[in-house]
Amino acid sequence: MNRINRRSFIRIAASAAAVSVVGFPAIAAAGGKQQVVIVGGGVGGATAARYIRRADASVEVTLIEPNKHYYTCFMSNEVLGGDRQLDSLKFGYDGLAKHGVTVVHDTVTAIDAKGRTVTTRGGKSFSYDRCIVAPGISFADNIKGYDIVAQEKFPHAWKAGPQTTLLRQQLEDMADGGTVLIAPPPNPFRCPPGPYERACQIAYYLKAHKPKSKILILDAKDSFSKQGLFTQAWDRHYKGMIEWVSAVDSGGGVKSVNAAAGTVSTEFDEYKPAVANIIPAQVAGTIASVAGLTDDSGWCPVEGKTFESSIHQGIHVIGDAAIQAPLPKSGYAANSEAKVVAAAVVALVNGRDPGTPSWVNTCYSIVAPQDAISVAMVYNLVDGKVATVEGSGGLTPVDSSPEDRAREVLYAHSWFNNITNDIFG
Amino acid sequence: MSVNKNLPVLLGCGMLLGSAQLPASPTATMLADTCAGCHGTDGASAGPATPSIAGMSEEYLVESMEAFKSGERHSTVMGRIARGYGKEEFKLMGSVFAKQPVTVTSQQTDPARVAAGAQLYGDNCEKCHDKNGALADDDAGILASQWLPYLQYSMVDFKSGSREMAKKMKKKVDKLSADELEALLQFFASQQ
Repeated sequence: MNRINRRSFIRIAASAAAVSVVGFPAIAAAGGKQQVVIVGGGVGGATAARYIRRADASVEVTLIEPNKHYYTCFMSNEVLGGDRQLDSLKFGYDGLAKHGVTVVHDTVTAIDAKGRTVTTRGGKSFSYDRCIVAPGISFADNIKGYDIVAQEKFPHAWKAGPQTTLLRQQLEDMADGGTVLIAPPPNPFRCPPGPYERACQIAYYLKAHKPKSKILILDAKDSFSKQGLFTQAWDRHYKGMIEWVSAVDSGGGVKSVNAAAGTVSTEFDEYKPAVANIIPAQVAGTIASVAGLTDDSGWCPVEGKTFESSIHQGIHVIGDAAIQAPLPKSGYAANSEAKVVAAAVVALVNGRDPGTPSWVNTCYSIVAPQDAISVAMVYNLVDGKVATVEGSGGLTPVDSSPEDRAREVLYAHSWFNNITNDIFG
Repeated sequence: MSVNKNLPVLLGCGMLLGSAQLPASPTATMLADTCAGCHGTDGASAGPATPSIAGMSEEYLVESMEAFKSGERHSTVMGRIARGYGKEEFKLMGSVFAKQPVTVTSQQTDPARVAAGAQLYGDNCEKCHDKNGALADDDAGILASQWLPYLQYSMVDFKSGSREMAKKMKKKVDKLSADELEALLQFFASQQ
């Protein structure tokens, strides 16, 4: 039995060939430099571009992003509260260019996984050895009537920039005594604690300037991130100002809007709030579905070790667009995933094994000027899937001291400065 | 099961993993890169409070992380993250940051306090925190140019007992007034 017969020899040969195709397919023709094309210049895409160049400056990296500037969604709630200016969230791509990344401002319209080519609206075509897709989120149609026009009446402000300015302006313009309605989306969505930090920041503004006003949160869920800590913060800082209604009690949250009439409706009730922040359900950024990278959920299935698409070889999907649970859809997670994928891509284009990944997430929420809370976690790879490291992570303790809460505010601001430097160079 | 059936699998794995047959530990760079979100790229923090860890000795990083992990040293978020790693992983992270230059920051400090701090430094701190706090001795952190709020938090924790002081340090700190301690911290923070 200890010999290789003809049949098993064929199997061996076939399997070895398959491995070399799947594992290390893209060894370029003699002398050719390895090409990596990155679609999307947000947290994931920009971090990946920089870290690939850090790891191997011989790899040519092209980052394709429609906008000249990126506004971070994280910390944009402080703009709504009034303690931060939108410009402090604005980042350009000069830093990446200095690291040798070719930045192209254009919109990707197609990705041909077989031909390994990315095509843009501007009519350009880029061939790649490995492609990284980091398109963030786009909105689903779960709220009737929430079209482009309605977005101007009831801003989502879930992609920072003009939408953030608009929502802030509406808060400034509203009369004292009005109601601000917030409609958080169903899971999964970008920045799970975001809507509830937003309630804090808006309440902070209203308490100082329009103290008779109220905030009504009509949730599409029955529970939410850091719920105990947020409920405590609402009670501690904004008592009587914030009412949260679960999906069970509202019939599943906001179902429709009428921009012309200024109304927002659930299954049971119609509201006419002074300001409404409608955050729709989310799916992966549009190019992900156009390129066939999404499954029925609207998000992109990926392999745990390399975040290579489970659907198309040679394409890695990172950040909010990927199905990456238990990693959350957060800025820190996108930054962490991008570094793991950058290392994997550099290894793969050089014909090496991608190595063992390690991820971290930390999310701060600033609930008052001297009070912040956080959630953190360390992740590793178990049986080919992302897993939480047992015993690690967790929330700010409910009974943490005012001194520690104040420290968390400065640590949150430090995190913002450091992660944005890390992303945009 | 016959040997023949196993062979293709074994051969496949060998080619896929190269020389590494068992799940390896993440590399030092892989681990250290996860710290950058809060502590800055290569451990050089842009502040205003999270400390730079660039230039810290490997031994000091390991000792600090072990203390955070056990809860012996007070923290907000660091202890929660430290519990995700073992000593060997701390060593790998430490090996990366030890190679980095000490971060130079530009912070607002009071010249009069800095001058007073310089006097106190020579008498009280220099023996262990050499080179104005810039020397990465095995058992001392980098104080030179460190973010002032972090230095202040550290002193609050030392004084409250939520972070243990070395006996020699405690003797000195107990003798100094709050003003003198603040002058010392500003002296360290002002180092260029």
